Amino acid sequence: MRARVLVRPKQGILDPQGVAVERALPALGFKGVSDVRIGRLVELEIENPAELEAISSQLLANPLIEDFEIELLDDAAAA
Amino acid sequence: MKTGILRFPGSCDEVDAQLAAALVGDTVLLWHGDRDLQDVDAVIVPGGFSYGDYLRAGAIARFSPVMESVIEFAGDGGLVLGICNGFQVLCEAGLLPGALLPNANRRFTFRQVELEVVEGDTKFTSACPPGELLSIPAKHGSGRFYADEATLNQLEEDGQVVVRYRPEQNFNGSLRDIAGVRNAAGNVFGLMPHPEHAVDALTGSTDGLRIFESIRSAVEGAHV
Repeated sequence: MRARVLVRPKQGILDPQGVAVERALPALGFKGVSDVRIGRLVELEIENPAELEAISSQLLANPLIEDFEIELLDDAAAA
Repeated sequence: MKTGILRFPGSCDEVDAQLAAALVGDTVLLWHGDRDLQDVDAVIVPGGFSYGDYLRAGAIARFSPVMESVIEFAGDGGLVLGICNGFQVLCEAGLLPGALLPNANRRFTFRQVELEVVEGDTKFTSACPPGELLSIPAKHGSGRFYADEATLNQLEEDGQVVVRYRPEQNFNGSLRDIAGVRNAAGNVFGLMPHPEHAVDALTGSTDGLRIFESIRSAVEGAHV
């Protein structure tokens, strides 16, 4: 099974990467962009998707500072 | 006393930590793939970029074989000092509260900081003169201490905040200016600045030596 885990900084935690990108955009002529937040997308192939919750909370994300979402992709759609 | 200094792929301050620990006793480097702590009295988890800081700083190192032994050692009351990346590893391993986030100033920053010793009666700070600031270098990209409000309040109430940055020197944006914390039992301590880089007058300050002298006192006191 193909799966995606989306990891993002928790609400309310300053994201310096997001701030850096937000500040760079006006220099390129893009105005009106705010609240940029940068996370991580982990794509993986997994035999037992029931393990994804534990994998995400124990390694892919640090639950103290990050939220995660698990997305299962059916094989037909992924192919 | 014998101090074991961990060495991960990507560690870079383990030799300085060993030189500093050698000023107060015997030392041995412990490879990340070995489980044997070689009967050390104290463990230092050093600075650097263990496993390339992949995923998050310290996230992979916490699962290394040597860390399993360190977690057991800490559970039995063994003294563990985490410096910089070592602090990050200990937080990821759950041996210390909180987490270290990328610096608020968005830069890898290297500067001398003056640390206020908030708790002078710990196993890691007993040799620090009361009220005196420790001048120690800090160098990191992810040193912003974070914990939720309830945890921060509890840490302060229980005396677990051991060292703080002076407010005007808190370049990384650490909450409540926290530079280092200890666990509830008092045998695990982590801080972002580098006491092992401040043990020789040649490099400007010997204040870091106080931390190593404190550990020696704690170990030798326990043996009496």
